[in-house]
Amino acid sequence: MSLVELHAIHKSFGALEVLKGIDLSIDEGQVIALIGKSGSGKSTLLRTINGLEAIDDGVIMVGGKKISERDTDLLALRLQVGMVFQQFNLFPHYTALENVMLSPQVVKKQSKAEAREIAKEMLVKVGLADKMMHYPDQLSGGQQQRVAIARALAMKPKVLLCDEVTSALDPELVNEVLAVVRQLAEEGMTLVMVTHEMRFAREVCDKLVFMHQGRIHETGDPEEVFANPKTPELSSFVGGLA
Amino acid sequence: MSEFSLWDIVYNLLLAARWTVLLSLTAFVLGGIVGLLLLMVRTAGNPWVVRFVRGYVELFQGTPLLMQLFIVFFGLPLIGLDVSPWVAATFGLTLFTSAFLTEIWRGCVESVGRGQWEASASLGMNFTQQMRYIVLPQALRIAIPPTVGFSVQVVKGTAVASIIGFVELTKAGTMITNATYAPFTVYGCVAVMYFLICYPLSLFARHLEGKFRNVAR
Repeated sequence: MSLVELHAIHKSFGALEVLKGIDLSIDEGQVIALIGKSGSGKSTLLRTINGLEAIDDGVIMVGGKKISERDTDLLALRLQVGMVFQQFNLFPHYTALENVMLSPQVVKKQSKAEAREIAKEMLVKVGLADKMMHYPDQLSGGQQQRVAIARALAMKPKVLLCDEVTSALDPELVNEVLAVVRQLAEEGMTLVMVTHEMRFAREVCDKLVFMHQGRIHETGDPEEVFANPKTPELSSFVGGLA
Repeated sequence: MSEFSLWDIVYNLLLAARWTVLLSLTAFVLGGIVGLLLLMVRTAGNPWVVRFVRGYVELFQGTPLLMQLFIVFFGLPLIGLDVSPWVAATFGLTLFTSAFLTEIWRGCVESVGRGQWEASASLGMNFTQQMRYIVLPQALRIAIPPTVGFSVQVVKGTAVASIIGFVELTKAGTMITNATYAPFTVYGCVAVMYFLICYPLSLFARHLEGKFRNVAR
């Protein structure tokens, strides 16, 4: 059984239909890259998976359970699906450690000591053992993004959604973040990432999903898809990047 | 008829000024609580509630405080509630203060970016947790200077309570004037006292503005 299943997802912003019937299943341990031009709907699709975008039609199943629009369902969903954003979105009034500790403590009602332990463990994991007491504005973009990853991981999600996590970074900071994501992939974390890092997608991902005009246009093994795109749209997308 | 020394005037005004301070504090605290509640329900986003709060704010911003006090003072007896000038003044000023504060704070809450809401939502926080741990702490920092600044308006606003017979600084000034026939001296003293209450508040607001500028945490 798939960890996450999307059936016939439709989503419009006003008159603009951005998702035109998406079917996608995500298996445990799978690393999926969503690629496509801007406006193809890939970020919107990602955001529907944890309910940040409400869907107009379709079914989302997580762990075999159908997710409805009810608030309690959404909260339960988000305990299983973590997310990392393009703009990091760290809480500026808390230190790195507090950023990571907050949700385990407040949402999962863990004790302060317990939450701190988990937070430290996660910050060590992303290589920021020496930055725990720093505030976000004292950290580089790459460090902030790694705190954001640690913050999501501290909730022990089953799936981690990554929305262009390196797009806001200076080029020299991209690799430190990708290294963390790669490590997560190797440890068996289920990942769904919207990315423009094609080389990374090719090396790390199990499955490539190419979106075009609100539909999944082509999907398959990254090596194969890159080497041998079946549709002219993907061919030109890949060609345009090379 | 006895003679009044300047000290007599000042002493009696000071006694009355206590009521101005007390009325200001009460209105500010109660108005702050009501304003915060209105802010919470408005931010939660039920469209009818949003409409109600917007109407509430516009009603109190769009009518003179004096009319609001008249309506409270003369209106409540019509529904069988006979209220003292103190209660009427407190009630009226609380409504007035809450409308302004909720609007000031709404701007502050809205200045906290969408990313903060989304990040906290994606971590499983519910609305109350988002407000308490993420949005309000950040909004508060921005809100302190204009809030303290608005407290000056509340202090000055208490003067209209004199019209419905509540003996605070302005009303005491009128009464002492009637006894002394020295309006310039008396109202001069009244003005100085208002200034002595309000000026430190203004200075404090300006100080806070400098302190909180460009500070994220």
